[in-house]
Amino acid sequence: MYKIIRKKELVSQIYLMDIEAPRVAKNANPGQFVIVKVDEVGERIPLTICDYHREEGTVTIVFQTLGMSTKKLAALEEGDYIRDFVGPLGNPSEVVMDSVEHLAGKKIVFVAGGVGTAPVYPQVKMLKEKGIDVDVIIGTKSKSTLIFEEEFNQVAKNLYVCTDDGSYGFQGLVTDRLKKLMEEEGKAYDLCVAIGPMIMMKFVSRLTASYKLKTIVSLNPIMVDGTGMCGACRVTVGSEVKFACVDGPEFDAHLIDFDEAMRRQSMFKTAEGKKAIQMEQAAVHAEGELCELGELQK
Amino acid sequence: MKLDRVPVREQEPAKRILNFQEVSYGYNQEEAVEEASRCLQCKNPKCVGGCPVAIDIPKFIRELRDGDMKAARDTLGKSSNLPAVCGRVCPQEEQCEGKCIVGIRGTAVNIGKLERYVADWAMAEGYRNTEKAPSNHIKVAVIGSGPAGLTCAGDLAKLGYEVTIFEALHEPGGVLVYGIPEFRLPKEKVVREEIKLLLDLGVTLETNVIVGRTVSVENLMKDEDFKAVFIGSGAGLPMFMGIKGENANGVMSANEYLTRANLMKAFRSDYDTPISHGKKVVVVGAGNVAMDAARTAVRLGAEARLVYRRSEKEIPARAEEVHHAVEEGVILNLLTNPKEILVDEKGFVKGMVCVKMTLGEPDASGRRKPLEMEGTEHVIDCDSVIMSLGTSPNPLIASTTPGIETNRRGCILINEENGETTSTGIFAGGDAVTGSATVILAMSAGKKAAQGIHAEMVKKGLVPEV
Ligand SMILES: Cc1cc2nc3c(=O)[nH]c(=O)nc-3n(C[C@H](O)[C@H](O)[C@H](O)COP(=O)(O)OP(=O)(O)OC[C@H]3O[C@@H](n4cnc5c(N)ncnc54)[C@H](O)[C@@H]3O)c2cc1C
Ligand SMILES: Cc1cc2nc3c(=O)[nH]c(=O)nc-3n(C[C@H](O)[C@H](O)[C@H](O)COP(=O)(O)OP(=O)(O)OC[C@H]3O[C@@H](n4cnc5c(N)ncnc54)[C@H](O)[C@@H]3O)c2cc1C
Ligand code: SF4
Ligand code: SF4
Ligand code: FES
Ligand SMILES: [Mg+2]
Repeated sequence: MYKIIRKKELVSQIYLMDIEAPRVAKNANPGQFVIVKVDEVGERIPLTICDYHREEGTVTIVFQTLGMSTKKLAALEEGDYIRDFVGPLGNPSEVVMDSVEHLAGKKIVFVAGGVGTAPVYPQVKMLKEKGIDVDVIIGTKSKSTLIFEEEFNQVAKNLYVCTDDGSYGFQGLVTDRLKKLMEEEGKAYDLCVAIGPMIMMKFVSRLTASYKLKTIVSLNPIMVDGTGMCGACRVTVGSEVKFACVDGPEFDAHLIDFDEAMRRQSMFKTAEGKKAIQMEQAAVHAEGELCELGELQK
Repeated sequence: MKLDRVPVREQEPAKRILNFQEVSYGYNQEEAVEEASRCLQCKNPKCVGGCPVAIDIPKFIRELRDGDMKAARDTLGKSSNLPAVCGRVCPQEEQCEGKCIVGIRGTAVNIGKLERYVADWAMAEGYRNTEKAPSNHIKVAVIGSGPAGLTCAGDLAKLGYEVTIFEALHEPGGVLVYGIPEFRLPKEKVVREEIKLLLDLGVTLETNVIVGRTVSVENLMKDEDFKAVFIGSGAGLPMFMGIKGENANGVMSANEYLTRANLMKAFRSDYDTPISHGKKVVVVGAGNVAMDAARTAVRLGAEARLVYRRSEKEIPARAEEVHHAVEEGVILNLLTNPKEILVDEKGFVKGMVCVKMTLGEPDASGRRKPLEMEGTEHVIDCDSVIMSLGTSPNPLIASTTPGIETNRRGCILINEENGETTSTGIFAGGDAVTGSATVILAMSAGKKAAQGIHAEMVKKGLVPEV
């Protein structure tokens, strides 16, 4: 059981939690994730490690409530326990773990979207600790959905906020802002790191490909175990099939088949709410079955 | 002597395909005693040689026959830490029962079902034997809680060691909980109970620890004072075919399908994990795992079909599994091989292109090599495909532990005598060493390593010889 030490609603429907998990905190690095199973009947959902405190033994997660599992998690309070919390999973971010000599002089831009803003933070923070300054672009719906602005002001050299509705910062998409930086504001980058919704990563990737700007994305496909056991998380990278949980989650964006990745991500969309499937099932099966399954559940 | 074994009652196929309850009811007392009296109590019992953990089979059968159930349970416990599991899933026809002398003229004594009966009796009665040596305060780490790890941990605990099992998943049991379905091996009643007996010996279990990520073998030995480590991490990495369309929605590994169904209990409406409810499911492969996947699909309301490139004779699954699968309506498309998976405009599976095969000369495996027959391409209508092509060991531990060597297939190399890897103090066994094999072989590897670890601790002067 893993205790919730701190809980904060950052903006509507986006929550931050510090979880007591000393073993995870001790070995966590930026770019890695955990798998959380809220209770006995819960599903295993992956969430990126957004910060960690080795001494206190806590790991920070930031999540957006979407369906059953994230809502259940959000319903817990400080002092409550999560049944399972396992990690750190996946590989640490290669960029961030690189040597200072290698990184020195590199011009890096991070592009963050929505709840994906939070996982960018430990990466930028660690680079700052290594003396590497980077630019950060954040895209969000509106001022009221912006998260981590203060934190980024502490660690990023330049922070560019974009909102869809123009209520704050630049009005428009992160790709528009990135393009503007490169075309009109004289920025030249050696590397781009994009983390956010698959669709955002796809379009950032498409843009940077046209500039031949090397780009890393952190993929978030559907996962079950997160240890390489099931293959649910497989993605096509170049001509190879990779398991995102063990080979990633970060990959060279220009090699990713984003359309396939997006299709696979929506696999259970029509089905979430197993209820929906079960209704469908009821039509297929004899009535007896539902009673039998009902029996089993007692 | 009766030549034929006492029949085992089973759920009717028409009924059982509508639920996940155990197919076989096992024996009741009367039936068990009757079957036990068919045993000839051989002076030189061949059956024992067929059992990888050498259970004293005639002894436990005699005790059962004479009504001394506690003694029978103790006899099993001397050799096996998981008799209720083994009685259910061992390939007995190739092991103990395959060697039984009665099998020459009649049908072999049903050793597996008798073993199950004794173990189930003890669990129901709450009879247990937790005899163990006093603690020697030596810490040993066991990685993985499958049959290999559980057995190694149990044997070491009985010798007085302070054992901690580190398990990557949220439940202990390995394949017993995530792979083998509920209808063959009930999780709460059998697996959980049998694991509980082991933990009651004083074994500590830490779930949610992935060795190689959460903590390294080196950390365990240097920082946490574990004097020896046993790696029983199994062979959980699934293989795919590499054919066109394989990443379509609705194509998954048997591991994914079975994990969702068993470990995550996706077949129950009170559990949150979704599972694909295809109406026409094709399983590629014909091993035990493929049978389990197909029979699970049937229970989830699908028409299930196995596609296998060789003929019936080469089917690797146990005869009983194939028989049960066919009874439940699983269709077998033999001498058939997938070429491509067809995908609809939304990215979901809509069919599978297959080709007919014929068998040629024997290949390296000694089996006749399947060859494609020209002009036999055809489409099988389906909406889900489950790949059951075998698994290999996960490279995580070997790649993060200096000094451990593996072979080409990623299997950890050990000294067959004592289970030690190429790194002193680190032992391994089970599927991580052999590639996917059986529960009882994993258990016997766990036993051997426990002895190997003990011998090494004695040699180092850390514990006195017993
Ligand atoms: C490596 C990785 C890191 C992630 N990090 C974060 C994070 O830091 N913060 C955050 O809010 N979200 C993160 N996600 C996404 C998060 O896992 C999903 O939002 C969550 O699983 C949704 O669960 P649900 O039951 O609440 O919603 P559902 O309604 O079940 O699903 C909503 C959507 O989430 C995705 N999803 C559903 N189940 C899974 C699953 N088992 N694995 C992966 N995706 C799934 C699907 O695209 C689905 O359409 C990450 C995903 C991955 C793979
Ligand atoms: C579907 C299916 C059906 C089968 N049916 C039968 C049958 O009927 N009869 C039979 O005899 N055999 C059967 N087998 C084979 C049998 O289950 C295996 O041979 C046996 O379980 C191997 O035991 P093990 O302890 O070596 O590994 P496993 O049972 O695989 O256990 C390994 C454990 O280690 C954990 N682990 C892995 N990596 C790490 C890590 N880095 N850190 C911590 N923990 C880790 C895993 O999560 C797992 O719990 C079947 C297998 C499958 C998949
Ligand atoms: S453990 Fe397996 S092989 Fe040994 S006697 Fe029991 S069923 Fe037979
Ligand atoms: S070989 Fe058969 S008859 Fe002989 S002791 Fe073993 S089970 Fe009994
Ligand atoms: S989540 Fe199962 S293999 Fe990646
Ligand atoms: Mg969900």
